[in-house]
Amino acid sequence: MKRRSPVFRKIEERAARVVSILILTVSLGAMLGIIGTTLIRGLPVLSWSFITQPSKPYGIESSGIANAFQGTLYITAMATLITLPLAVLGGIWLAEFGRNSRLGNAIRFCANVMMGIPSIITGLFIYAVWVVPTGHFSGFAGSLALGIIMFPIVLRTTEDMLLLVPDSLREASLALGMNRVRATLQVVCRSAKSGLITGILMAFARVSGETAPLLFTALWSNSWCGHYFSGPTANLPVLITEYTTNSPYEAQHAAGWGAALVMMIVILALNLLVRYFFTERKA
Amino acid sequence: MTIDTLFRRLCFTCAILLPVLLLCIFASLAFHSTQAWKTFGFSFLFSTDWDPMTDKYGAFPSIVGTLATTGIAMIFAVPLSFMTAFYLSDIPRHSSAPLSAGLDLLAAIPSVIYGMWGLFVLVPFMQTKIQPFIVHTLHLKNCPLIGGEYNGFGCFTAGIVLALMVIPFISAMMRDVFMMTPPLLKESAMGIGCTRWETARDIVMRYGLRGLVGAVFIGLGRALGETMAVLFIIGNTMTIPKGIFGSGTTIAATLANHFAEADGLLKSVLFALGIILLILSFTVQILTQYFLNRAKAKRGER
Amino acid sequence: MSTQIQDERKVLTIPSPKAKLREIAIADRMNSSLEEATPVQERRIKIETRNLNFFYGKQQALFDNNLQIDDKRVTAIIGPSGCGKSTHLRVYNRIFELYGGQRTTGEVLIDGKNILDPNVDLLELRRKIGMIFQKPTPFPMTVFENIAYPLRLHFKLGKSEIADRVEESLRNASLWEEVKDKLGTSGLALSGGQQQRLCIARAIAVQPEVLLMDEPTSAIDPVVTLKIEETILELKKRFTIVIVTHNMQQAGRVSDYTAFFYRGKIVEFGETSQVFTNPREKKTEEYITGRFG
Repeated sequence: MKRRSPVFRKIEERAARVVSILILTVSLGAMLGIIGTTLIRGLPVLSWSFITQPSKPYGIESSGIANAFQGTLYITAMATLITLPLAVLGGIWLAEFGRNSRLGNAIRFCANVMMGIPSIITGLFIYAVWVVPTGHFSGFAGSLALGIIMFPIVLRTTEDMLLLVPDSLREASLALGMNRVRATLQVVCRSAKSGLITGILMAFARVSGETAPLLFTALWSNSWCGHYFSGPTANLPVLITEYTTNSPYEAQHAAGWGAALVMMIVILALNLLVRYFFTERKA
Repeated sequence: MTIDTLFRRLCFTCAILLPVLLLCIFASLAFHSTQAWKTFGFSFLFSTDWDPMTDKYGAFPSIVGTLATTGIAMIFAVPLSFMTAFYLSDIPRHSSAPLSAGLDLLAAIPSVIYGMWGLFVLVPFMQTKIQPFIVHTLHLKNCPLIGGEYNGFGCFTAGIVLALMVIPFISAMMRDVFMMTPPLLKESAMGIGCTRWETARDIVMRYGLRGLVGAVFIGLGRALGETMAVLFIIGNTMTIPKGIFGSGTTIAATLANHFAEADGLLKSVLFALGIILLILSFTVQILTQYFLNRAKAKRGER
Repeated sequence: MSTQIQDERKVLTIPSPKAKLREIAIADRMNSSLEEATPVQERRIKIETRNLNFFYGKQQALFDNNLQIDDKRVTAIIGPSGCGKSTHLRVYNRIFELYGGQRTTGEVLIDGKNILDPNVDLLELRRKIGMIFQKPTPFPMTVFENIAYPLRLHFKLGKSEIADRVEESLRNASLWEEVKDKLGTSGLALSGGQQQRLCIARAIAVQPEVLLMDEPTSAIDPVVTLKIEETILELKKRFTIVIVTHNMQQAGRVSDYTAFFYRGKIVEFGETSQVFTNPREKKTEEYITGRFG
């Protein structure tokens, strides 16, 4: 039989590796550039009053971002609180009970589709079904919009991760006399924990910086968020948007970078913390 | 009723909530956009009008802009992510772990920061370095897709920012797929004389096709409807971009720009744009599912 | 093919009267495949390990392994779990290099050439040395593609030649009759035993010289196991086979030589009949009689 020369295959292998290293360098470099820029432009703005004072209209001294930070916290936390149990339970149903059923496939299909739905659409939707009927923008409306974004992501991740758990483990736990609830929650979910946490983290990371859905729901304000349920609520992403695009003032651009830096630090720190604790327990 | 049945029903209720929600989104957007569809009919889709004075609006420029930016982003992002994931899964764990962690963290950076960076850093860079190089040095100004005009803003720059934004997402998920492939399968591929690259391309890729496409999905969904990163960079002109360097708008950017001040017919028009974006992403998802199933059939799973 | 291989190699050992006796002993044990299983063939060494040591990081797993494996014979490696028998096998095609932190010292000579030399062409080495794993590992492709894929990697073949080779390989793995109508279905859709024979067919399609089998029947039921063992006896006419097994009956049924591994050392190596009926070492006897392991 005629042999094929391995030379081309080896060159291809080398090339693949070189190209992938190049790509990794370029994309990591660009992304480090983003972090670097934020640091360089944001650090000079950071000060005690910047972090502790609420935002104020342009021209007033000692403007800050504390109210926006507080608002973002309220909005994202509430979104997670509402969505997480629903999505995880839904994911459990798909993986454990609805695996090959028609309905299961339909729901999985819907979840895939919903993951592709642009976040700004959920803003429109909540505007239509919550802001218009209640007659006012509110932080809670923002939470609802973010919650809708999280829902399919967490649901599908839960399902995917549970499906990776081998069936023998399910059978083994049932054979030990556990009921389905315990087998699912204590054995299956536990062994899928690493994936679950990553998935939930990804969903959380995605929504915590989401801006578009908040533009028409939580809106924006310069006051502390006492009106979380009933009025426009300050939040970091929209503050950044306002300061960078809708403002001609250099000082506000700078404040925008400062806010971006704070948001980035908090999100990255959160990620690192969860990652740290999670790997700790696994080891 | 046993606790198991109760648990099962509880889970089911949560799962069924998802399609219900999806239907609600469709219904509410459809309801609020009826005025626009009644006024303009389906020519709305292909009309390039945008005139608030005479209340004449069309969706075409927004649609074209959306498709163009997403297309450019995915052309960059998918192969780049695949190679990144391949590399990360190929090198020893102790050196890939920090890189992977870095990628995961980058995925967490909010899109609005990518937008800011694009606006303040990438746009000037494109305007002074990359675009003059492509247009003048490479003499590509007569190429119909590129065109001779540029100012840093536009579809191409927006596409690059989008690509940078989705690469960490896609490659992190692809890396997981690579890692989840059973070691024995990789060993048997290598054992028969495959190179690492061939193992990745021919064996792991097929084995984890669903996961890989799933990863692309998340990226695509994000790119298609991304508002902030694009909003700052696309140029926000209500026209069809002239070439890939041209300014334009996307559906999401149009919504973000006009929704707050709109009322009456314009508000309805914006809801109509919203439902177009919804249907667009819906179609993309359905198409991809179709190809996924085809791929599975070819592999002999059905 | 066999003639072509033969004339490029020197015969290293001259058959001894003892070897003849062994042939007879083996023939006795497997009187079913007597005629074809005992071609009168000269003994020559195919694989020779010299002072092979293996390290997982700092932990040493193999200690000074010296072993000579005969061409066109079945050599079984037995021993309790964790004794290093799989580790030893995985050195032969250097598959252990997939993971970082594992290294070897010493030599493994295949046809007199040290394959642990960094300059060895790994792709060619692995073509020459096929491997079958504990679990069937069909590629996520059709049955046909499972075999055609590695063929295309290593050979320049036309469409019909590939089809011929696929059929031939499947026949040699005694799988053809069972799958000839389902070549287009996924390899994953076959039964466990069929999958394993598919892997064997895949391995022999690229014309290897040695087949490494790492507990090939551990995930397979006893009836199908016998079928695979028959296949192995067929295959030894053309290939040198090294089989790791924890099943001593299996070692007795299929192998000509047996090496007993304990804690990374080769305690005893000899003709299977001798190792099983009249072991020289006490440890071997204890293991074989089931006192530990």
